Amino acid sequence: MEKKPAIELKNITKRFGARVIANKNVNLTAYRGEILSILGENGSGKTTLMNMISGIYFPDEGQIFVDGEEAVILSPKDAFSYRIGMIHQHFKLVDVFSAAENIVLGIEDGKYNLKNSIKDITAISEQYGFDIQPEKKIYSMSVSEKQTVEIIKVLYRGADILILDEPTAVLTPQETEKLFNILRNMRDDGKCIIIITHKLHEVLSLSDRVAVLRKGEYVGTVNTAETNESELTEMMVGKKVELNIHRSEPKNSVDRLQVNGLTCVDRQGATVLDDVSFTAKSGEILGIAGIAGSGQRELLEAIAGLQHLSNGEITYINPNDGKLENLRDKTPVQIRDMGVRLSFVPEDRLGMGLVGNMDIVDNMLLRSYTKGKSIFLQRKAPKDLAMKIIKDLEVVTPGANTPVRRLSGGNVQKVLVGREIAASPTVLMVAYPVRGLDINSSYTIYNLLNEQKEKGVAIIFVGEDLDVLVELCDRIMVIGSGRITGVVDARTTTKEEIGLLMTKSKEDGKETANG
Amino acid sequence: MITQFICRAILLGVPLLYGSTGEIITEKSGHLNLGIPGIMYVGAISGVIGAFLYEGAAAGAMNGVLAVLIPFICAVVGSILMGLIYSFLTVTLRANQNVTGLAITTFGIGLGNFFGGSLVKLTSSDLPSIALTKTSAFFSVKLPFADSLGAVGEILFSHDFLTYLAIIIAVLASFVLNKTRVGLNLRSVGENPATADAAGINVTKYKYLATCAGSAIAGLGGLQYVMSYANGVWSNNAFGDRGWMAIALVIFALWKPSFAIFGSFVFGALCNANNYIQGLGTETQELFKMLPYVVTIVVLIITSMRKKREHQPPASLGISYFREDR
Repeated sequence: MEKKPAIELKNITKRFGARVIANKNVNLTAYRGEILSILGENGSGKTTLMNMISGIYFPDEGQIFVDGEEAVILSPKDAFSYRIGMIHQHFKLVDVFSAAENIVLGIEDGKYNLKNSIKDITAISEQYGFDIQPEKKIYSMSVSEKQTVEIIKVLYRGADILILDEPTAVLTPQETEKLFNILRNMRDDGKCIIIITHKLHEVLSLSDRVAVLRKGEYVGTVNTAETNESELTEMMVGKKVELNIHRSEPKNSVDRLQVNGLTCVDRQGATVLDDVSFTAKSGEILGIAGIAGSGQRELLEAIAGLQHLSNGEITYINPNDGKLENLRDKTPVQIRDMGVRLSFVPEDRLGMGLVGNMDIVDNMLLRSYTKGKSIFLQRKAPKDLAMKIIKDLEVVTPGANTPVRRLSGGNVQKVLVGREIAASPTVLMVAYPVRGLDINSSYTIYNLLNEQKEKGVAIIFVGEDLDVLVELCDRIMVIGSGRITGVVDARTTTKEEIGLLMTKSKEDGKETANG
Repeated sequence: MITQFICRAILLGVPLLYGSTGEIITEKSGHLNLGIPGIMYVGAISGVIGAFLYEGAAAGAMNGVLAVLIPFICAVVGSILMGLIYSFLTVTLRANQNVTGLAITTFGIGLGNFFGGSLVKLTSSDLPSIALTKTSAFFSVKLPFADSLGAVGEILFSHDFLTYLAIIIAVLASFVLNKTRVGLNLRSVGENPATADAAGINVTKYKYLATCAGSAIAGLGGLQYVMSYANGVWSNNAFGDRGWMAIALVIFALWKPSFAIFGSFVFGALCNANNYIQGLGTETQELFKMLPYVVTIVVLIITSMRKKREHQPPASLGISYFREDR
């Protein structure tokens, strides 16, 4: 079958301000009846490029051709008139509207008749295999349902060039597979699908061709069938990267932290943690997997002394004398004063972890300001620590006195993890430590965690990328709707098994526990 | 006496109904217009100026249609101008909505008192008020069959046309908001302007239109107060806190114009109850005047506890929208 080009980009350049070049001389063609992946690290200009096709930005130089004819796309409305639809990473939906109301929003032609629209929506859903209730309100929908609404929204407008920005970031493996089947249906229907992602295995399993961007520049396009993960990574990063995460066997593993029957109720009275029990051992990484918002945050905060518990016990086993310490209902300061060396890297780096407007030295000071006898702050030690972290972790910053919020996500994370590790913890809890980080920074973080593990630290790692969890952790505990649905051995488990446990929330899955 | 009480409640409620219908429409676009009291005040004084000039020009030979139309148009134009100031500041310049609204209220009341005082001076009367009784008479023309139907006729048909107009506008607003594309677009602007923008809706246009239409409607409340409730007598500051009560009514009505119709009459009854209960001292009367606010607080507590998303204010209420903020 001969393929017709749906979209051609010629010499596209986009600048933000005088110095930042988001895209430089990008040439790209996407054909009808194919799935094209746009692959690149964070900040490589993938989203900017797609935003130019969907009318959010306008290119400074270059031309866009749709179906062989030059197109001027000034607004999302123009994009729709060229039958281009984009599904953004952050959903653009009105929460109190129903699915159908969101789908017809902003369409000007014809009479406003929600009942007819619902019929059309149902027809589209049946054609491609979507599962949707048009009259359900958005606020009562799951993330995957919301995404379905977004996709139908562009299909309803008659789009046959679909751009999806990181569509799988929030989905479980099962939901991802469902989405991919739908995308394949659309491709077979002759639509042109462009998917932005940085997950290599998805690129390989879904797309027909892969276009790679690096630092705003177009590196090249390869046929998926003729490539592999390491070639793609090399194109993306520009140098060879060792992709296997190093995992050592746990040594002299002893119980360090015992959590028993933890129950936690939030302000609205909903149970966010329900009878959670587990043990974290020294010298091993315990992974926590689960759909976002299943209670991971509350669990870590409960251990760190930031959540009020309605039931349960947290027992810390002191490595020096084997004494048992009860951490329940203690504040973080009390926990520290008891000699428990607990470090916490929260998911909200600039909210709970660091103060964005303060520089690196002052952020170090946040952990040591009570030290010293003088009424003045001791700045020498934190300053040395800041310099050490900048040097050891290769933090890219103009200096130790730069406000943390000016650093990029990866560097912010290095500062935070560096500070927490410097406290030489015996228990280290990290939540989504590589979220938003590029491949190189991610591996720096994995290596740091492994180093700590070898030093005998008990690490609790809350992650979202199951591939990473399976490769990095020793055991993986799966949490669903605040309950432990299973504990699996990371060396023998599969992503599918974890995915099933993630969605299993009602029944008690403790029998699957091993290790 | 019950009939009289109900009629009085309706009469008192109508300015509130205008004010809250206007405010609901404005708030649906995501703008909390605390300038409503000032805008209603300006609507009232604009109508008074129009009527004053026409009464002077017609010199006795007044045309009924013109006598109603001129103050009506003046009130609408005056309040739209106030709405334009508010929208220019908050939509285009993205000024803080609360500060701007309070400024508009202060400004509107000052403006009203200035012109009110000036007119009083022009009439060189001994009383600090202007009586436009002739114009008022045209405003309060009743339906011809009202008197022949007894109590039912009095409760349902004895009111001036501005009362019926208020109900019609509220019903219409409810229909437009919930059943038309314009309403859907407007609600989306107030809930999530970024989404509306991405869907190709002109956010700025809707915000301006909603604020100005809301102001025009609210301004009519001021006009109704002077022409029907006060029988055409304007005196400075007599309008009282009706504007704030209209804003409280928006919360009471859960941002629904249809609920506001009922709510305005409840508020009217509550405001008036002290006159119908025997043996109240001045101090207990003041306690009774608190009732509408107490009821609003109770409604707020109940809706906050029930947490039904449909009963919450528009999600982006009070937040300025700027496309490049992401």
